[in-house]
Order: sequence, then C-alpha cells, then structure tokens
Amino acid sequence: MRIALVLLGVAVALALPFFVYPILLMTILCFVIFASSFNLLLGYVGLLCFGQAMFLGLSAYIAGYLLKTTGVSIEIAILAAALVSALLGGFVGFVAVRRTGIQFAMITFAFAQFVYFMLLQSDFTGGEDGMQGIPRSDLFGLVDISDSRTFYYFVLAMTALAIFAIYRVIHSPFGEILKAIRDNEARVESLGFRPERFKIIAMMISAGIAGFAGALKATVFQFATLTDVSWTVSGEVILMTLLGGMGTFTGPMVGAAAIIFLNDELAQFGEWALIAQGVILILVILFLRRGVVGEAGALWRRMRNRNKG
Amino acid sequence: MFDGITPQLLFGQLLIGVINGSFYAMLAMGLAIIFGLMHVVNFAHGAQYMLGAFVAWLLLSTLGVPYWGALFIAPVVVAIFGLVMERLILKPIAHLDPLYSLLVTYAATLVIEGAVRLNYGSTGLPYSSPLPGGVNLGFMFMPWYRLWVVVFSIFTCLGTWLLIEHTKLGAYLRAANESPETVESFGINVPRMVTLTYAFGVGLAGLSGVLAAPIYQVSPSMGSTLMITIFAVVVIGGMGSIMGAILTGYLLGIVEGLTKVFYPEGANLVIFFIMLLALIFRPKGLFSGEKS
Repeated sequence: MRIALVLLGVAVALALPFFVYPILLMTILCFVIFASSFNLLLGYVGLLCFGQAMFLGLSAYIAGYLLKTTGVSIEIAILAAALVSALLGGFVGFVAVRRTGIQFAMITFAFAQFVYFMLLQSDFTGGEDGMQGIPRSDLFGLVDISDSRTFYYFVLAMTALAIFAIYRVIHSPFGEILKAIRDNEARVESLGFRPERFKIIAMMISAGIAGFAGALKATVFQFATLTDVSWTVSGEVILMTLLGGMGTFTGPMVGAAAIIFLNDELAQFGEWALIAQGVILILVILFLRRGVVGEAGALWRRMRNRNKG
Repeated sequence: MFDGITPQLLFGQLLIGVINGSFYAMLAMGLAIIFGLMHVVNFAHGAQYMLGAFVAWLLLSTLGVPYWGALFIAPVVVAIFGLVMERLILKPIAHLDPLYSLLVTYAATLVIEGAVRLNYGSTGLPYSSPLPGGVNLGFMFMPWYRLWVVVFSIFTCLGTWLLIEHTKLGAYLRAANESPETVESFGINVPRMVTLTYAFGVGLAGLSGVLAAPIYQVSPSMGSTLMITIFAVVVIGGMGSIMGAILTGYLLGIVEGLTKVFYPEGANLVIFFIMLLALIFRPKGLFSGEKS
C-alpha cells in the first residue's frame, strides 16, 4: 500500500512539468524542503525557530555569489552554501538554547533580523536590488541542465535527497532522543544526555537543509533577494507546517504546496495574499491544530479501529 | 575618531535615543505586563501601536479631532479592539503552549497590517506636531513636542509600574499570575481580569502610537519594524520584569543613539550585539537577578 503510494507520487512528480509551469513546481519543491527542515525543529524537537528565513536567504546569497564569481559546478555551490548555513545554525543554536520555549522563538526572530541587516549592508549582496543573473552551472562540471524542464528533474532529485536525509534523521536513535526532548526534557537530562547539545546539532541539521533549499531556490530563480531573509518568509514556513500538520512527515510538504499555490493565485491581488495567510493561520490554530495531514491520519485511525471493533 | 563631533550632533542623537528609548520602554512594558499575567507574547503589539497612530490620524483627518483628544480616544479604541481580540482568538487557546498565542497574534498582525495597507496604502502619512517650536538650550535645540514625549512617557511608565507593584489591584494581578485558582476562590473574576489586563496592555500600545504619530510617519509597517527591536529589548531585560523592561528600553534607546554618533554603520546592529552578549554572559536576563 505505502510502496504503491510512493510509486504513484514519483510517477506524478515526473510527469507534472508537462502540465504545470516548471518554475512554480520548482518553487513548491524548494519550499517542501524548507518547510520540512523547519518541521524537524518544531515538530520533532519542540523548538519554534521564528527566523528560519535567515538560513534560506543567507544560503541563497552564498550559492549565488559562488556561482557568479567562481567557476564551481552547481552541486559544489549548493553544498558549500548549505554548509555555511549549518554553521550559522550552530551559532544561533549555541546562543538561543540558553533560553527555552517562547524566548527561543523571540531570540531566533531577532537573530534573523540581524542577518537581514547584515545582508542589507554587505556589498556582495547588491543591497536592496538583490543579486541578479545567477548562472545554472553544469552539473558535476559536465552535464548542461540549464533548460527549465531538465532543471526541474535536477531540483526533484535534490528534493528527494533532502527529504530522505530528514527521514533518516527522524528515524535514527538520534531522532528518538530529539522526540524525547520534545516530550520530556528533564527526563532526557536525567538519563545522562545533554539536551542542549542535541538541540544545537538539530539546529545545525535543520539550518543546513533550509540552506540547501535556499541555494536551490537561488538557482531556480537565478536571483537572490532580501525577501528570502524577511520575517514574512519565516512566518510563511510556520503557516505551511501548521497547515499541513507539525510533527507529521508529509504534512509540511502538503502545506508548502498549498501555500505556494495560494500565493501564486493571489499574487495579482497584492495585500490579499498576506491577509489570507493570516486568516488561514488563525483558523488552523483555533480549529485544526493537528493540520490537514494530522487530522486525516487521526480520522483514518478512528475508522480502522471502528472496523476492527 | 572623535573629531568633528559637535555638541549639537552629540546631544541631538542623544535626544533621538531618549525618544526612541521612550517608545521601546512603553512597548516593552506593555509586553511584559501581558506576558506576566497571561504568558502570552503579544506579537500584535506593534500592529496595535500602529493602530493607535492610525486612529489618531483618522480622528484628525475625518472628524477634525485634535491631538489632545486623540490622546484619550485612540487608546480606548485600540483597547476595545484588544478586548475583542482576546475574546476571539486568545481565550480559546489560553490552555495551550504559549507558542500558539505567539503565532496567533503574529497571524493577527498580518491581517491588521494587510487591512490597513489595503485601505490607506503603504506610504507614510504626515501628522503635524501639536506643539510646534521649541527652545534653544545653547548646546542644542529642544523641540517642545519631543520634550513632552519624554516627560509623558516617563510618567506613564512610572505610573503603570506603581499601579502594578504597589496597589491592591496590582497585587491581585501578581497573585493571579502565581495561582489563578486561589485568587478565584477569593471571589475575583480572573478571566475578566485577564481580558482587562490584555486590553490595558494593548491600550498602552495604542497610546504609544498616538504619541509617535507626530514624530514618525504614520505607516502600516511602523509597528512591525519596531517589534523586532522590542523583542530584543525584552530578551535582554528578562521576561516578565516590568521595571526591567522599562529600564532596558531607555538604556538601549540611548546606546543606539550614541552609536549613531560614534559608529553610524553599527547603529542598526548594536541592539542585537547587546542581545548576543547578554545571552552569553547573563543568560537569565539583565534584571532578573533582582527577583530570583
């Protein structure tokens, strides 16, 4: 059953660019990775990083800079950018885990703004204008993938890689400890683990994957702007995760697809996109806290139990 | 490095720092009061501050109500708005993790700012000063209105602090924070007190907004940009301490102003550097030592 679903998903993903505008699909894929990286922290460690956009945006600029000024191939640029992002994540984690709960959220929020100002004032980013004309270099220095549809398959493969990495983290002994920290931090500490260390490492992994998404996004659009670092994007990823269902593996992906689609539809109405996001977030928090996927899963389990009994 | 720094520049920036600090202090104080009783980090504080400024602007431009009238009316209007917000979106999730209330007030911010921008555009609207002119102090020029803002904000902060730390009403508030059941058993309606406290904190944000209207441009994003700094102020001062929030607010405003004189490039970043240092060396908050 599950294998059939995955195969169906792969078939749909492979066929989609023949029916839907590839750039829109690639945007969705980037945000699928981004939202999943955020969910790794909120859903599995219980940490609300209210500045996830700093990893996305910083990494986009770094990948763009590498591709523009050096001759490195595309995968090197993306990995290097993700690495820098992971280091930033480690530093933010080191400082922010000193406070728990709600203050962790506020510190990461302030941090993201700090990164925003740094990027705004740096010379290499192009300031308010952003960084234009980022090339799609050859894969491994050999394969030309610059055509939009070919590039979609590249992005799809990268997304699969990132999602697989998150899956491995969640279903590892390390991931079990993360979930235990979420459920009862004092208990984990009493077992001889140091929750702070695990949180910092989780931050690094999450930031690295978010950075991976940002670098990919920069090559998709071939530009990087300050919007990617702004707090609206940090908020957007929260909405995606909650709408889909935090702590579920597929929830953030569904949420990302839904919100990017909505943004695309509402793009011509200006302010309405943000208002719609706000209203949806309020409704989700008030009435649908498990998210679409979480509620569907609960419903599925209830039905199965009823059939059994 | 200190060449070319005239007294005019130094004291001018110092004044701007105190002015900014007044707003940091008033907003951080409102945030601390709301957090202290409800454990809600009111992200919408910035948007409510903006609403205060907008209501003042609307009162003047449509009904001709002058600044001094708006100073009383606008905070009440914004407080009523806060009352409705508390009942509609905060009360239903009061029993949940505080992260949800942060997110729901964030969502409310998107809606409030979006709605204002939709109706009035995103450009700043001017609001002329009710106290034009000023006095020349020799070393600098002091506009009357700015003097009024500094004095008024200090009195508001001290008054609120006295109200909460040194009156019976404040004692109820602090007791309800420690143990709502006990306070309830004394016949006090705690849910109503919570609603009114939120409305009071929101009203303070609205009052700050009216105060800010003649100084900064009235624009939909005036609150959210400020909110980022306020979060840093609250983190530095330590959550929940009212005096801590007030003092940190003024202090950081002044430090920011002085940075503009001596190292202008760093002015945007100095508060975040202080936040980093405070987190590393005083992880419990600058003013939390007095309480614990």
